[in-house]
Amino acid sequence: MFRMFDSPLDPAKLRLAMRDDGAGACVAFEGTVRDQSGGREVLALDYEAYAPLAESEGARIISEARAKFQVAGAAVAHRTGRLAPGDLAVWVGVVSEHRGPAFEACRYIIDQLKARVPIWKREHYADGMSSWINSVTGLSR
Amino acid sequence: MKTLKVLYFAVLREQRGLAEEILTTTAPTAAELYAELRARHRFTLPAECLRAALNAQFAPWTAELRDGDELAFIPPVAGG
Repeated sequence: MFRMFDSPLDPAKLRLAMRDDGAGACVAFEGTVRDQSGGREVLALDYEAYAPLAESEGARIISEARAKFQVAGAAVAHRTGRLAPGDLAVWVGVVSEHRGPAFEACRYIIDQLKARVPIWKREHYADGMSSWINSVTGLSR
Repeated sequence: MKTLKVLYFAVLREQRGLAEEILTTTAPTAAELYAELRARHRFTLPAECLRAALNAQFAPWTAELRDGDELAFIPPVAGG
């Protein structure tokens, strides 16, 4: 399940929803807002998404991860709206029988999410400036 | 002529000044419509930096536009 949320994410609740007593491993990735970027102090990030496509492309990534790795379950929650430094922007959780596939699948999902899912962020800096990440130069990273 | 709903996100939304609009066009493909809109609204991003999505699915730029389609231009993404 890949879901967009416009309110704070609750990792404990997300983890509980993945409970699988046949799985001995759970790997979770938490992506949080940094207080600096490229040497500039960051005060806030605005996230926006094309939600229907984000959720369908995200579901496709999860299906790919399940086909590639021996995992029992995977889920992603991603924020939209205004976030402050330290806030949780994305949570990826994978459960599997053993730890190896859970680590690999978690890495695969977050890497593909960053490359493919239609979500954008605008950084607001302490100097009053702001910029869209990746869209100024048109380069992806 | 066909009537489409066009969605703009992030830098394109700001440059257009709108999140979405209904427009009529004779452009046969997403690529041709983007070229028209880019010229009209001075979008800075070339099509090579974007992806097109038709009816909430990624689509090739050469996909044929049909009456009633929802077309989105996807700037470089930055999730996570």
